[in-house]
Amino acid sequence: MHQLAKRIQESFTSGFVGASEWRGDVAVTVTRDKVHDIAEFLRDDPGMDFDYIVHVSSVDWPDDEERFEVVWEFYSIRKRHRLRLKTRVPESDCVVDSLTDLWKGADFMEREVYDMMGIRFRNHPDLRRILLPDDFAEGYPLRKDFPLRGKGWRDTFEFLDERS
Amino acid sequence: MGLIQLGRHEKDGTPDVFVGSLEKAVNWARKGSLWPMTFGLACCAIEMMAAVSSRYDMDRFGAGVFRGSPRQSDLMIVAGTVCRRMAPVIRKIYDQMPEPKYVIAMGSCATSGNIYDSYSVVQGVDRFIPVDMYVPGCPPTPEALLDGILKLQERIMQRRVFTSQPKEVQIGLKV
Repeated sequence: MHQLAKRIQESFTSGFVGASEWRGDVAVTVTRDKVHDIAEFLRDDPGMDFDYIVHVSSVDWPDDEERFEVVWEFYSIRKRHRLRLKTRVPESDCVVDSLTDLWKGADFMEREVYDMMGIRFRNHPDLRRILLPDDFAEGYPLRKDFPLRGKGWRDTFEFLDERS
Repeated sequence: MGLIQLGRHEKDGTPDVFVGSLEKAVNWARKGSLWPMTFGLACCAIEMMAAVSSRYDMDRFGAGVFRGSPRQSDLMIVAGTVCRRMAPVIRKIYDQMPEPKYVIAMGSCATSGNIYDSYSVVQGVDRFIPVDMYVPGCPPTPEALLDGILKLQERIMQRRVFTSQPKEVQIGLKV
């Protein structure tokens, strides 16, 4: 196991689920309730020192019991190492802790995940849609059960009716 | 019959009398001074810029004065993928352009949505604004765009100016 993953496992025995490494990419899966604590540890621990949040994204695994996976990518500018943090979220309770209090840069990326996948972030300061219009009512386009062509929004032009 | 016929003065025979239809003269003036609206949405805009630059020199056909404001333009070249969120903006810009106005749908995306058969991409800009000319390609080469402009100019020459357009020639949207 990679040194970084090992340290997380030692520090958070209860929250640690698993770790994988592929071509130098280290990914650590943790439980949902420990995400914020582990992220804080990643930021503040001098051996970790992850001062930069690269990306927040999400994956839909429609056949799994815990359907959604939220993925954070961290990078340490000083130590020049990176880490991927993953956690699973069930569809019935689609909430995960926001990391905006640790990294300001997580703000817009969490809003994008909320907008496209419908995962809510607890304690996010301004959880609004960011890409789709505010009145978008078709659901969450990145989910696997969302129809590829949408539900008719792309072909409705309400502004044409206003003119006539 | 050409656009303008040259007449000769009855006294000394010097060419100073022009005989032609006023409609053709007006259309000729319109086609020779198309002011396109700068409206690049995606990679097609790069080819559009190349068409204006020195190598292709769109200005040869009178269509080189790109304007940043729709109120100063009479040709809108929709160059690129049209997302549904952009649609009301394009319609507003189109409505702001003074008559007579023309629209070229440049590239596969503006024409039909191209491969982007997705929930957010409009399947052709002609769904909400009338299009005069479609230029195929992904992206079209500058030559293709120039061809589109020349074809549009041919069409402008066929327009009626002082009488109302015949129904079958009228291009409009069924709203």
